[in-house]
Amino acid sequence: MSDASAANGPDGDIAIDVAAVELDGVGKVFNPGRSNEVDALTGIDLRIAPGEFVTLIGPSGCGKSTLLRLIAALTDVTDGSVSVNGKTADRARLDRDYSMVFQRAGLFDWRNVSRNIELPLELMGWKAADRRQRSAEMLDLVKLSEFARHHPAELSGGMQQRVAIARAMSFDPKLLLMDEPFGALDEMTREHMQNELLRIWTETQTTVIFVTHSISEAVFLSTRVVVMSPRPGRISAIIDTDLGERSEATRDHPEYFANVTAVRNALRGGHAS
Amino acid sequence: MTAAKAVLRAWLPPVVAAAIMFGCWEALLAVLNPDGFVLPPPSRIVSALFGDFDTISTATGITGFIIVTGLIAGVLVGALAAVLVTAFRSAHETLTPLAVAINAVPIIALAPIFNAWFGILSPRSNQAVVVVLVFFPVFINTTRGLGQVEPSQIELMESYGAGKWRIMREVRIPNAMPYFFTALKLATSLAVIAAIVAEYFGGRQDALGNIITNSAGLTRYDDAWAAVLAGSLVGIGLYATAVVLERLVMPWYFAARRAT
Repeated sequence: MSDASAANGPDGDIAIDVAAVELDGVGKVFNPGRSNEVDALTGIDLRIAPGEFVTLIGPSGCGKSTLLRLIAALTDVTDGSVSVNGKTADRARLDRDYSMVFQRAGLFDWRNVSRNIELPLELMGWKAADRRQRSAEMLDLVKLSEFARHHPAELSGGMQQRVAIARAMSFDPKLLLMDEPFGALDEMTREHMQNELLRIWTETQTTVIFVTHSISEAVFLSTRVVVMSPRPGRISAIIDTDLGERSEATRDHPEYFANVTAVRNALRGGHAS
Repeated sequence: MTAAKAVLRAWLPPVVAAAIMFGCWEALLAVLNPDGFVLPPPSRIVSALFGDFDTISTATGITGFIIVTGLIAGVLVGALAAVLVTAFRSAHETLTPLAVAINAVPIIALAPIFNAWFGILSPRSNQAVVVVLVFFPVFINTTRGLGQVEPSQIELMESYGAGKWRIMREVRIPNAMPYFFTALKLATSLAVIAAIVAEYFGGRQDALGNIITNSAGLTRYDDAWAAVLAGSLVGIGLYATAVVLERLVMPWYFAARRAT
């Protein structure tokens, strides 16, 4: 694996060594001590450097969504520790260090598109004029400027998800956590959204942790793919998939297919590379 | 003025239907039962209303006050209880079974007992009946609306570090609005029924309920029907107010329904 945890860099900048996310021996047990006890995750060690795009992939029940929720401090760890930007996960949540995108866009019907994007900014106490300006910038980023005053229900599924991404990115979070964000979209929209997400990631330099079921999606998007297996949920392989700058042509690239094969083998329990 | 147009679209068909119904009523009675003793034709009910307009309008004012104040109090208490029950688990465990038990009581049957508590001539006992009767549908519906929120929307708010009350304000309360207004519309007619039936048992003697019982007792059915008509008009007015309020408070809800 890439040695992102190298000690002090040559310029002695300590800040560069703080991992975006550091998981150390993380385990999660649901309903401990009861008959329906489930070992959701066990012995998870993972270090994610700032600016990485890491995908968690695995079959249903491997705990990939649970792992994302542990990083988000939406649920507590049973064992081990989670740190985000060098803080506890809950501190990072309260400091708004990260932002989440779910499979369902989850826009609020009672707010128009622009005011949906402003929601996190309202919670952070931004002034109205600043909120509106930022919302306009974010709509520009996701190319939906002409829909600012539209109602969420008037937008297609893909457009709603772009608004959700704009909302998530509105306050420049250092970390973006995405839980199967394109899972409910059709294949064409999905590929378009993947291109958009890569463009936004390149423009904003945000660290992304992305959960998916799709091998091709994982390989196309990520710099690293974390392959997980179920019962109990654990990391079975970590595969470097950095293809440099990506475009539509990357989807036909031999290296892309080699990575797809590597991830598929790892999912089947074979050895990666 | 889309709100005004929407109101017109909602109200025009029933008004036409009512005109046809009253027309048939009038015509059939003229042929079958010209003396109209037990069931007077609509024209005689209306002329009874205007013939004794002062009595009826005073009575409508008295009963209308009981209806409106009881309705407002019952709706406020119901909605507030729903918020409390949603915010605090312990409140949910205490209040919800109590509310269900209260609802199982035939509340109208309490009217004579409330008369003993508040005094037989006091409007307080009638107001109390209205409050208790209105409370339940508002409480149950609003609680459901506050609770049936998409889980990822709650997680989203938590991921932004929002606390319980912020989530209540930004997510739960807007989500509960359609449920609340359904209950409010139901509550308007319940409030009219509750007030008038409660007046059968007591309260001020110049109120609508007492005019109905007294007039019927004296076989002055025209006057009894005139009082019923006045009560209906109060109910229709309150229902219309609830519909207009609904459109004003949740324009987004109707916009979303048009879009899908």
